[in-house]
Amino acid sequence: MLKISKLTATVDGKAILNGLDLEVGPGEVHAIMGPNGSGKSTLANVIAGREGYEVTGGSISFLGQDLLSMAPEERAREGVFLAFQYPVEIPGVANVYLLKEAVNAARRHRDEAKLDAMDFLKLVREKLKLVQMKEEFLYRSVNEGFSGGEKKRNEIFQMAMLEPRLAVLDETDSGLDIDALKIVAGGVNALRAPDRSVILVTHYQRLLDHIVPDRVHVLAGGRIVRSGDKSLALELEAQGYGWVESDPSVVSAA
Amino acid sequence: MNTAVTDLGELIGREYKEGFVTDIEADTLPPGLDEGVIRFLSAKKNEPDFVLEWRLDAFRRWQDMKQPNWAQVRHAPIDFQAISYYSAPKSDADRPKSLDEVDPKLLETYEKLGIPLAEQKVLAGIAVDVVFDSVSVATTFKDKLAKIGVIFCPLSEALENHPDLVRQYLGSVVPATDNFYAALNSAVFTEGSFVYIPKGVRCPMELSTYFRINALNTGQFERTLIIADEGSYVSYLEGCTAPMRDENQLHAAVVELVALKDAQIKYSTVQNWYPGDEEGRGGIYNFVTKRGVCRGDNAKISWTQVETGSAITWKYPSVLLEGDSSVGEFYSVALTNNCQQADTGTKMVHIGRNTSSTIISKGISAGRGQNAYRGLVKVLKGAENARNYSQCDSLLMGDRCGAHTFPYVEVKNPTATVEHEATTSKIGEDQLFYCRQRGLSEEDAVSMIVNGFCKEVFRELPMEFAVEAQKLLGISLEGAVG
Repeated sequence: MLKISKLTATVDGKAILNGLDLEVGPGEVHAIMGPNGSGKSTLANVIAGREGYEVTGGSISFLGQDLLSMAPEERAREGVFLAFQYPVEIPGVANVYLLKEAVNAARRHRDEAKLDAMDFLKLVREKLKLVQMKEEFLYRSVNEGFSGGEKKRNEIFQMAMLEPRLAVLDETDSGLDIDALKIVAGGVNALRAPDRSVILVTHYQRLLDHIVPDRVHVLAGGRIVRSGDKSLALELEAQGYGWVESDPSVVSAA
Repeated sequence: MNTAVTDLGELIGREYKEGFVTDIEADTLPPGLDEGVIRFLSAKKNEPDFVLEWRLDAFRRWQDMKQPNWAQVRHAPIDFQAISYYSAPKSDADRPKSLDEVDPKLLETYEKLGIPLAEQKVLAGIAVDVVFDSVSVATTFKDKLAKIGVIFCPLSEALENHPDLVRQYLGSVVPATDNFYAALNSAVFTEGSFVYIPKGVRCPMELSTYFRINALNTGQFERTLIIADEGSYVSYLEGCTAPMRDENQLHAAVVELVALKDAQIKYSTVQNWYPGDEEGRGGIYNFVTKRGVCRGDNAKISWTQVETGSAITWKYPSVLLEGDSSVGEFYSVALTNNCQQADTGTKMVHIGRNTSSTIISKGISAGRGQNAYRGLVKVLKGAENARNYSQCDSLLMGDRCGAHTFPYVEVKNPTATVEHEATTSKIGEDQLFYCRQRGLSEEDAVSMIVNGFCKEVFRELPMEFAVEAQKLLGISLEGAVG
């Protein structure tokens, strides 16, 4: 599904990713953990193609295509979805309007006809249940005046509507109380599928209690320094990131 | 993304979509302005004597006036002697009685604009009083309106058939010497619309005019007068586009609205005149005086404007709130791209008791566009419990444009409540990226974000106009980010 090789990237001229390798197979859920400044969010943004994140070397192949040569909207239409750490507000634009445009942009890309209003509404209602949101939520302006929890649920709702091949969740658990966390996790779990891969970028192990990953990677200094199964996350929780950063063997282990 | 920036460059370079010239032989006066020209105009229209006198008086006073220079706009001096003050389609003598008799080229012009008159007539139920250059060539739905006593006709026709009515109200809201451009208009106005809604009548259809400026070097000086008698209601739409042209064209219109007791007037404008090219060559100079008066208790006047065109816009639709509990509203979207300049806003003058006004202004600047909101809220001594709410939001795209806000408030009564809110924001890279990450093209994302920004104004527009306005905004802004 996704193959990242020797990826290096800078932000404002500062090297953030320093030769990152990562391979995610279809249907797999990978967690990327690491301390602040290790490059987690940079990785998420580079995959989505955000301006200001300059790739200086390496490659990303997505379903056999060169992802780095594609504009952000092309990546999105090909099935790359980023759940934002800080979803932006768009005053005056109804949530449902953005969704309709987004869904139809992807359908156009696949040479499919636009969803008619009835089918769209049916789909919307079904997916709203997934994140336990009321229908009035559709008619509010995108993220405007939403609570932190609502914003994150909205991201998962959009993901459910767009049915991406690869979903990158950038610290979707941050700022969530336990109830909201459960709803978000429930939404993600319901979307796990053999042809859909998920990358969870997170600080904390607690998200992984609810979304159980196939693989866990530890990012430090812009590269993956340790990989393992879900038990690695528990080990990190017990010992802290200082453990991976101070252990000289981890660099070679990567 | 570098690729995106290149695309944007191409999009910005896109030519004005409405740019074409219809080749109709015009009966045009040579350039220049003196009393002889005014007498010619008046004679051409078979006007009553009082109009000629009124014109000449305005002209004499205009000669002593100076062009205003306080607006936040720059342009080369205008030579008023280089302008021709009359141009009419040749077939003026025998006007068409129906669409079949209308010059097919004219109809073609409207079709190019996507507004086929015939279709509009049937589908939208709109009576259309078309101003093509200076003479109206088609008026529809007149009979239906006449049955309920509504008068909707060219101003020149009203002068012929209802001289007393016109005489009573002409210049009663915007006096001939109100300002430089209004004085000029009073001297040389050639066409425009007249509307009278009788007592208690709710006009059953949106009244609409479609202006175009066409003949070379001809300034257009329309004059519109709308009177809503007691307890009546009317919604009036004005939409404009102009063909592409190199010369700067002057447009100095005057619109007067009179709402008597319990009457309501809703006046909506979509203005898309040629804005000039990327370097600021050409484009319309739009110096307009629009004012309404709530002359009775509980009267209401509402201005809604979407200004996307013209090289220079100088326009302040205002309301004089004379009647107790009368209401004034101003909803505006003004967009400047490339080298366009807009200085626009409103005046709300509270005279009666319990009067209230609302001002919602959305300015969008892109390219090297300069956009100024200029507004005055004035509460006179007798205006007990006057209320005003003003909100002025500016949206900047790119770093070469400018937004300016000049809100003036004068309150002479301590019971007044005046609120003013202003925001300035840049269209966010993060908003754009968010939309693109959801699969929208940059162009669609910009259009969506800007339309969201303008929503409070668009929802005041009649449905068919709102659709056109959104389309225009999209066209005017394509690729304005970068």
